[in-house]
Amino acid sequence: MQTNTFFEMTGIHKDYIMGGEPVHVLKNICLSIREGEYLSVLGPSGSGKSTLMNLIGCLDTPTAGEYILHGRKVDEMDETELARLRNREIGFIFQNSQLLNRLTARKNVELPLIYAGILPKERRRRAEAMLERVGLKDRMDHLPTQLSGGQQQRVAIARAMVGNPSLLLADEPTGALDQKTGAQIMELFGELNRENRTVIMITHDMKIAAHAKRVIRIIDGEILEGGGADDA
Amino acid sequence: MRNAIRGTFVMLGECFRMSLDNIRGNKIRSFLTLLGIMIGVTAVIALISTVSGVSGTLADSFSSMGAGRLSVSITGNDLKTGVTPEDLAEITALDSVRGVVPSISLNGRVSRGKTVESGVSVSGRNAYYFQRNPDLILQGRALNFIDDDNSTYACVISRKMVDTFFFGVNPLGETLYVSGIPFTVVGRYEEDDGGGVASMFSGSPDILIPYTTAMKINNSREISSFTVYLNDGTDSAGASAAVEEKMDAMFDYEEDCFTVTAMTSIEETMETMMGMMSSLLAGIASIALIVGGIGIMNMMLTTVTERTVEIGLKKALGAIPWQIQVQFLIESFLLSMIGGLLGVAAGLGLSYILCRVLETGFVLNTGAIALGVGFSAAVGLVFGWAPARKASRLNPIDALRTA
Repeated sequence: MQTNTFFEMTGIHKDYIMGGEPVHVLKNICLSIREGEYLSVLGPSGSGKSTLMNLIGCLDTPTAGEYILHGRKVDEMDETELARLRNREIGFIFQNSQLLNRLTARKNVELPLIYAGILPKERRRRAEAMLERVGLKDRMDHLPTQLSGGQQQRVAIARAMVGNPSLLLADEPTGALDQKTGAQIMELFGELNRENRTVIMITHDMKIAAHAKRVIRIIDGEILEGGGADDA
Repeated sequence: MRNAIRGTFVMLGECFRMSLDNIRGNKIRSFLTLLGIMIGVTAVIALISTVSGVSGTLADSFSSMGAGRLSVSITGNDLKTGVTPEDLAEITALDSVRGVVPSISLNGRVSRGKTVESGVSVSGRNAYYFQRNPDLILQGRALNFIDDDNSTYACVISRKMVDTFFFGVNPLGETLYVSGIPFTVVGRYEEDDGGGVASMFSGSPDILIPYTTAMKINNSREISSFTVYLNDGTDSAGASAAVEEKMDAMFDYEEDCFTVTAMTSIEETMETMMGMMSSLLAGIASIALIVGGIGIMNMMLTTVTERTVEIGLKKALGAIPWQIQVQFLIESFLLSMIGGLLGVAAGLGLSYILCRVLETGFVLNTGAIALGVGFSAAVGLVFGWAPARKASRLNPIDALRTA
């Protein structure tokens, strides 16, 4: 196991203005993650865990504090740099898979590669390989509406993985799935983590969080436990 | 750097494909949206092509009737109201002049037996007129120098007059009374001498008589209107100046006694008028294009709102704002261009039909086509800009949250 620091957050604050009043969503977050870690962020709704995920996923920048990912200062990046970083380093898995219903499973998986400037033939090859990997070889030309919830989530995982990102970031990945399908997805996550990929999972479900090797709890915008760079 | 350029092309290609998918995915809505542009372009092309077809035909008939001709009309002064035959001889003697045809109008009551027709246009011409137009006489003979010199009471009549006075009768040698004076019909002529459009302007007379006879009936020695035929290859402006100089001397250099008009200048005026006409019409038609553009803008704004999640997702997956903007710009551009191309096709079809109906030549006006295509491209880009910009500025977090 490598022990390099993957990212480090120090003194992160995030404020939103709501109805003219500033709301402190995240307060003094310090979080350090090493490469190849399997982490879950556990917290009730409204705890600020989604905001934390947006910050980790470089979808947003903090109001104050420092965020260094792979040695690069994310908090100082502009929108275009953030987009490039997301494209290369981060694979997103959303709660309700967020597939484009007009595109086939394969085309959905190809999407991140389009923005990476990969040529069509190579895109197709990589997307097919990744769909095969998640066990959807015979469903590649189906539209999302023709797939079950579990299959849709697998397509979403294939899409997250196709660009070979170093971080897999999942927001309630099993939220819309039944227990059995959820367990299958968790198994897939474990497998991906064993390939030395960093996996971060946001959830409110303690059982799901337990799949991770390290769990941090977040309540009212503050990390209660597990924030330090302790041994996993 | 090469990678970046390749990436841009890959992305652009994908944008075109996705845009076509979206346009196809909303067939009815897309069609209704591009209908505005289509109608605008159709109108622009149909109007411009038809006007240029009409003006082309007019210009052709003007140059066929007006080439190498000056028409002179005289208002005169107190002492002299027109030119005499001797003055005409002087003008005929000019280097650039081949011949002169006087035109003396009489509005006469014409009768034969019980048939009476009033307001018939009778014109006095000379022998040279018939020399110039050898195909004019269909039957019988033309008026000649003997008729001019002796002021004979011979006349040639148009088909209309034959139908009125000599239905089923051979008119040659018969007598026709013009203002009560008996004339002998010596020939029949084709009244449509200069083509349909030309006769509209020149007005063709029904009965031609020797000009000397016409002067006698008018009890006048003076001629107030004549046409000067120039030698081949003569510059009409120079010849016009020579004729004017000669006539200035005849009218003692008094101003505003006469006007000399070269047909070429009428043609130019006509062309300018037609040009103004077509830009005016194109201007009106382009209002339709602007309305169409607003339609496209409206649809694109709706599309952006509908596809908020898609935009957010694409941004999360690494699309930079510029790429999102280009995607939506391409979509509105394609939508507008499809409308424009359909409009070009419909406009050409419509103007072809209009030109057939108006019996003018159909001219494929490449300028109008370029204008139509260029306009629709511009409309797509201009009216697509704001919606595309709105899309590119969406915050991915907000966009995904709306799901």
